[in-house]
Amino acid sequence: MPQVRPAEQSAAPSGATQACWSCGGPTPGEAPFCVTCRAVQPPGDVDHFRRLGLERAFAVDRAELERRYFDLQRRLHPDRFATRTAREKALSQAQAVSLNEAYETLADPLKRAVYLLHLAGMDVLSEGCNQIADPVILMEAMEMREALAAAQSAAQVELFAANITADIEECVDDLATAFRKNDLDEAAKLTTRLRYLRKLIDDSRARRAGKS
Amino acid sequence: MALLQIHEPGATPLPHAAERALAVGIDLGTTNSVVAVSRKGQPEVLRDEKGSGLVPSVVAYPPDLPPIVGFAARAMLLEQPDRVVSSIKRLMGRGAEDVKALAGTLPYELDNDADREGGMVRLKVGGRRLTPVEVSADILRALKARAETKLGATVDRAVITVPAYFDDSARAATKDAARLAGIEVLRLVNEPTAAALAYGLDKQAEGVYAVYDLGGGTFDISILRLEKGVFQVLATGGDSALGGDDFDHLLAEAFIRERHAATGETRLTPGEAKLALATARIAKECLSASPDGQWVLDADGTPTTHVMTRERFEAMIEPLVERTARICREVMVDAGLKPADVKGVVLVGGSTRVPLVRRAVAHVFGHEPLADIDPDEVVAVGAALQAEALTAGLDALLLDVTPLSLGLETMGGLVEKIIPRNTPIPAALAQEFTTYQDGQTGMILHVVQGEREMVDQCRSLARFELKGIPPMTAGAARIRVTFAVDADGLLTVTARETTTGVEQKIEVKPSYGLGEDEMAAMLRDSLEHAREDMEARLLAEARVEAGRVLNAVRAALAADGDLLDTNERAAIDGAVAALEKKLPGTERDAINAAAEALETATKPFAEKRMDRGIRAALGGVAVEQLDARVAEKRAGH
Repeated sequence: MPQVRPAEQSAAPSGATQACWSCGGPTPGEAPFCVTCRAVQPPGDVDHFRRLGLERAFAVDRAELERRYFDLQRRLHPDRFATRTAREKALSQAQAVSLNEAYETLADPLKRAVYLLHLAGMDVLSEGCNQIADPVILMEAMEMREALAAAQSAAQVELFAANITADIEECVDDLATAFRKNDLDEAAKLTTRLRYLRKLIDDSRARRAGKS
Repeated sequence: MALLQIHEPGATPLPHAAERALAVGIDLGTTNSVVAVSRKGQPEVLRDEKGSGLVPSVVAYPPDLPPIVGFAARAMLLEQPDRVVSSIKRLMGRGAEDVKALAGTLPYELDNDADREGGMVRLKVGGRRLTPVEVSADILRALKARAETKLGATVDRAVITVPAYFDDSARAATKDAARLAGIEVLRLVNEPTAAALAYGLDKQAEGVYAVYDLGGGTFDISILRLEKGVFQVLATGGDSALGGDDFDHLLAEAFIRERHAATGETRLTPGEAKLALATARIAKECLSASPDGQWVLDADGTPTTHVMTRERFEAMIEPLVERTARICREVMVDAGLKPADVKGVVLVGGSTRVPLVRRAVAHVFGHEPLADIDPDEVVAVGAALQAEALTAGLDALLLDVTPLSLGLETMGGLVEKIIPRNTPIPAALAQEFTTYQDGQTGMILHVVQGEREMVDQCRSLARFELKGIPPMTAGAARIRVTFAVDADGLLTVTARETTTGVEQKIEVKPSYGLGEDEMAAMLRDSLEHAREDMEARLLAEARVEAGRVLNAVRAALAADGDLLDTNERAAIDGAVAALEKKLPGTERDAINAAAEALETATKPFAEKRMDRGIRAALGGVAVEQLDARVAEKRAGH
């Protein structure tokens, strides 16, 4: 079962005014650069969507995500601070780390779903704890695992992988629907399903490598 | 009143930044090295008087004379094999243990005493004991000297390339070698990424490209997306112990077998071995152009003649080339791409001149590969462009990834991956661990790198103990371990116990056997790195910091100068003027003092600015709330 804890404030922090470490003047807490002296600021505690300037939703426009990520990295990456002070170098690294984490999370449907549920106060059990509570999903998982084990030839494994790939696409579509309807229980179930489908793809890849 | 200089905020040129010498790009290769410089986006390989950009990565250690690097050293390889070191890159970051596996394939004698010292591998060369870091430093010194001669200026900063598949130890060793040679490493850049930068900027390429880099000792494959000046690495893979040197060895072994069959001799002499290797290298290069050839091995007074066809040579190396093809296919899967998604394949490294390699690459990707920039120089050109981007500013941006997964040993010798391979860097990821015994107060953290699930199949980077965990029941402690990889691909591990609020923090730079003490001693011994060097660096840092303070104060005055009365303003202007006066000088302490005085003088000003800022923010909130209330009313209640 997903663990439930209080939801994180859906209204993001107000971006309270803070003192810039370099010029000492006021600057909005979330801005990567001081509004007055342009010095790079610490990354701050902002959710991944807000960091990249995107709406908090499962449906993410990949091209827009990349455009914003590249745009921010162009300005914040440590390569832009190679001749600056040690403090600026460290802050730009912290900013780039946060940007990479946000990008990696939002670019991947599984990570994005887990993260959205986390923001809503539901933590889907992490990898390593392969407990599937839903009996329907559990049954499907067991059957698929048997099907993979039974696949003899490389061609059979290939066919199996192709089917799983199609299932993954369908599962991601269903997730989008569940999140749009704000049906978080359904979204949690589908997230669990997506996770084991991914695992099956990895395993079939390993099998295929073993066969060729 | 003094006139204010107004710069665009953030764009203020650093004082005296231009005074600092040019930064170069260095390709520190297994077989050959290259140094290049870029000015105004125009890269140029720095060549010798004969026009060669290549410096063979070979160092000779003659008695009582400084080391000789390059073609001259390579020429001595046959006459004085015991005094000459080649292919040292293969040993970078390796411990004595690692190298046992390579024994017999290396063209020099290892010092087995290093085993007892538990440290990094050492070579016995001409009566000296040398680490790979020192030999690499000698090559870097030669490249630095070439750059300084050609540019007529001091060169003390560089971007140095490393194979994408280099592990953490090898990267750290490369950085240390540069430090010994008196070079500040601006950034370690992966070789295929540097090549992509050179190629992409030159050809204005956009889309997904593969870079196939087969050098003397290492193989890398990277898949990159090029888009509007951003070079995003999607996935990378390789083999840090596979290269053209291995082709040479196979050919040399064939020659030796034939020779021994002809002479009836069974013992291999060192002279024979080196000559066979040198001949094999020449034969390999010839067979790229012609279908067959004949070579003579004239060692120990007995010449033997050897015929080799390209067909036989290709049959010999086919398994190695197939290994690279398999890695290419795996990396495509990692990147989630099909060959059809790849717009072009760029060839890097001298070994890609071998026709079989080109055919294999064309077969894997379904494209004829691109090789219109000299594959021996393209990496150094990319490094030079990156050096310019880092110092003078170019629009290009490299976004690279970790080549190998990083993790910790857990119960039963299993590896828990913390940072998976192909994670964009810089990156920081944390995971929580707990104790497994009641009252446990310490925990051994064993940091490993690699893709396998068992610890003994991965590369061990460091082992350290977290002490002082408060005694608790098993499973109650919360140890948060953070892995941080910086933009050079170097790892720092931090661990802290979080339940009790008593935090303990340990930072570990993985070791590769060369201790800090040893490093310090070497630095003391090296002439280039005398006290003046250190002083120059500190002065440069003081100026950068002072520039930062000046920039901040000017921006603040331009924005909020109206908050100050005449006296306050005069005090700040005075402090600014004092710092500006000190800045061109060479007294570091005076610059630092003036910068600090300026910061102190502006403290009350900063407080006034904060007051105004907060009041403005509060005012904004009040207005918003008012708006919200109006909106509620309009909604009909």
